[in-house]
Amino acid sequence: MELTDIWFVAITVLWVGYFVLEGFDFGVGMLLPVMARNETERRVMINTIGPVWDGNEVWLITAGGATFAAFPEWYASLFSGFYLPLLLILLALIVRGVAFEYRAKRDSMTWRRRWDACIVAGSFAPALLWGIAFANIVRGVKLDARHEYVGTFWDLLNPYALLGGLTTLALCATHGAVFLALKTTGEISGRAAVLALRTGVAAAVLAVAFLTWTQIQGGTLGTVILSAVAVLSFAAALGAIAKGRQGWAFLLSAVAIGVTVISLFAVLYPNVLPSTVNPAYSLTVENAAATPKTLGIMTWVAVIFLPLVLLYQSWTYWVFRRRIGVGDIPAHH
Amino acid sequence: MDALDLARWQFGVTTVYHFLFVPVTIGMSLLVAILNTAWVRTGNPAYLRATKFFGTLFLINFAMGVVTGLVQEFQFGMNWSSYSRFVGDIFGAPLALEALLAFFLESTFLGLWIFGWGRLPKRVHLACIWIVAIGTMLSAYFILAANSFMQWPVGFKINGRAELVDFGAVLTNKVLLATFPHTIFGCWLAGGVILMAVSSWHLARGRDLDVFRPSLRLGVIAVLVGALGVTVSGDLLGKTMTQTQPMKMAAAEALYETRQPAPFSLFTIGTLDGTEPIFQLEIPGLLSQLATGSFDGKVQGINDLQAEYQKRFGPGDYRPYIPIAYWGFRLMIGFGMLAALVALVLLWMTRGRQVRGKSLLWKAAVWSVVLPFLAHSFGWIFTEMARQPWIVFSQMKTVDGVSPTVGAGTALTSLIVFTVLYGVLALVEVGLMIKYARVAPPPADQAEPRDGGEMSFAY
Ligand code: HDD
Ligand code: HEM
Ligand code: HEM
Repeated sequence: MELTDIWFVAITVLWVGYFVLEGFDFGVGMLLPVMARNETERRVMINTIGPVWDGNEVWLITAGGATFAAFPEWYASLFSGFYLPLLLILLALIVRGVAFEYRAKRDSMTWRRRWDACIVAGSFAPALLWGIAFANIVRGVKLDARHEYVGTFWDLLNPYALLGGLTTLALCATHGAVFLALKTTGEISGRAAVLALRTGVAAAVLAVAFLTWTQIQGGTLGTVILSAVAVLSFAAALGAIAKGRQGWAFLLSAVAIGVTVISLFAVLYPNVLPSTVNPAYSLTVENAAATPKTLGIMTWVAVIFLPLVLLYQSWTYWVFRRRIGVGDIPAHH
Repeated sequence: MDALDLARWQFGVTTVYHFLFVPVTIGMSLLVAILNTAWVRTGNPAYLRATKFFGTLFLINFAMGVVTGLVQEFQFGMNWSSYSRFVGDIFGAPLALEALLAFFLESTFLGLWIFGWGRLPKRVHLACIWIVAIGTMLSAYFILAANSFMQWPVGFKINGRAELVDFGAVLTNKVLLATFPHTIFGCWLAGGVILMAVSSWHLARGRDLDVFRPSLRLGVIAVLVGALGVTVSGDLLGKTMTQTQPMKMAAAEALYETRQPAPFSLFTIGTLDGTEPIFQLEIPGLLSQLATGSFDGKVQGINDLQAEYQKRFGPGDYRPYIPIAYWGFRLMIGFGMLAALVALVLLWMTRGRQVRGKSLLWKAAVWSVVLPFLAHSFGWIFTEMARQPWIVFSQMKTVDGVSPTVGAGTALTSLIVFTVLYGVLALVEVGLMIKYARVAPPPADQAEPRDGGEMSFAY
């Protein structure tokens, strides 16, 4: 394997990590108004992701930084091209991040309501917009000979991309509900499981439609198999949640999301950002890459530190493995 | 304004804003770790209460550092795509390393520290906050490595773009070796001022002396160590800067003609455009000392450098905007040293197990909280703006770095959106900081972590 291919895989891994992990905390955020019946329940929900959401978000930061380092052209074209969607994502992530920390810091219902709105909108928007962005990456955008994006914002809102956005939205909601079912006790857990089944059916339909469309556009036998694996494990996740096997359900929905991401990247390869103007203008793993020198150094660093990160992040999940219930929430400061 | 100006304004606004929170994060993580250690080692509940009290302030600040940092990571690609294409091979690596080595560490172990009270063994829990503190310094190192490359590019060759030749050289850039300690000491100063100012507010009212007297002393020590470190490293940085970017040093002094020996100008009343200053207070020979290490060294003036650069880089204006450079440099030093002065007075006021002093002095101590923010902002504004017209010194001009396809309308939208959002968040943040700076620290029996993990910092 060439270094450029290794880095294509590494970037894929980072996005898999991001969607699997932040996917469920987006879901928890979105479901806040639907699931929780009172303030204590809202706090239970938020505290299930409390210790981990920031660490989950760093997967995104690392994916961004790694793309900058390994494929500077890709980073430059993508982020300047997708300017407005990215701006929206950033705004969403800003208000959401602050909201977690600040919502319980004043004893006022209006105050908390406002921050809750930030959490909901801030989880909803990126879950939708990342799907739209990735669908556009796979489908290709108007890149000119300089690899600059020459389309408009509205070009990004094509039907295929919107379907992609709805798919990620529904997948995150389901993944979050499954996570809540696993991480809470009593009534909340039961309600989360029921909700997971409902959003899960919608997500399954959307995912099948989106993945089929993707395969028609540019699938190979390998990517068709990957998509099938994703859909099957998602179906199995729903089955598990129906049976009350919440641990399995979470594992399977994580696999489903991860394999979905992998299948999208597999369709994309060897391009990283295809051009719909002229295939010769496409950005590929070759022409977007950094020098072998940089890639070599980065490879060593990643080989040593990525496993380490996985190790201590897993340890966090182990430390906080206990389910949370209404009784665990201390009175307000 | 065109897209370039808008992009520059956006970068300036968002970066200065990010750097309001960063020094507090870097400084306070260390100080909270020290307080936490004091409790673990002595078992004295006052230290535990101090840890929790300042821990809360630290977390309020940290959240803003995180979300504003996110913008930083992405705006190179959004607004500066040509720049990103040009330097990505070198500049991207430190950014990626920062995320992989530092941000993961900080965010994960901070989560463990916040939620791990009473759930993790005391010493493991303590280790978490130390890891956070070390992580923040690591992140400063990598991002400053990226920035130092822009100040003094090393370890690369040009092949259509800047390509990496020697990563070791990038990570040991002589600018970095001076800028890193300088920034870190400045951050300790900032964290120390927070402890100092907040404790002063309580001490002036005679509240919780057992918690706030030691906190004040710790803050004072951090400020003094920081101020000393900043001076020593600043001196080194000045000498490095004279070698690497002599124009910046000349601009910082508004020194138009080459002089030997050169005086340090304390301040000027009047214009700085090269026509005669109306009034200027000077210390003879000091600039020579600062720039070259000898009291009669030669310091090049702006006019000579401009002529030299035109010869080297072709026609153009290579002078930064002088008043910003001149005043930025002075205000950075001035505000920082003022904080050190306040710290010295406070040291005197709390000598010999006592707390005394006039209420005016306490008031001044509370208001000194703004000083490090001013010093840091002016320091960075000086560093970045006096590098102009270069985005990467001697290699790429700022005009050539901007994204070619991002229109002025788009850039304006995002500038307005960020400015408004940041403004609102600033009000919220400052409001919370003030609220939590004024509450009493948690009583000892509540602060004590219980078994089964009551979530003391829970959201
Ligand atoms: C508390 C903050 C603080 C204080 C009191 C000082 N500085 Fe500073 N200074 C900074 C905070 C700072 C900074 C914000 O952290 C900068 C911006 C870039 C950098 O590396 O550090 C900086 C930049 C900076 C630079 C520009 C480096 C460059 O562009 O290459 C010089 C020459 C100095 N400083 C020198 C000094 C001297 C001689 C000081 C006092 C005796 C001093 N600074 C006090
Ligand atoms: C260490 C990481 C940093 C990097 C990599 C960096 C990089 C850049 C870049 C790419 C620009 C845009 C080019 C330009 O407009 O000149 C810029 C400008 C600027 N930066 Fe930095 N910067 C860093 C730190 C900071 C900090 C911490 C501050 C302030 C607290 C700051 C203040 C500014 C300002 C005010 C400008 C606008 C200058 C101008 O356009 O005239 N920078 N910097
Ligand atoms: C313009 C360049 C910069 C970029 C791209 C950048 C990027 C970021 C990002 C993405 C975060 C959020 C990390 C998280 O989610 O945990 C962050 C926070 C932080 N940054 Fe910056 N930053 C810049 C400038 C600086 C400078 C100049 C320093 C220090 C000298 C610094 C130190 C920190 C620290 C200590 C934090 C808080 C710790 C944390 O959030 O994990 N940054 N930065």
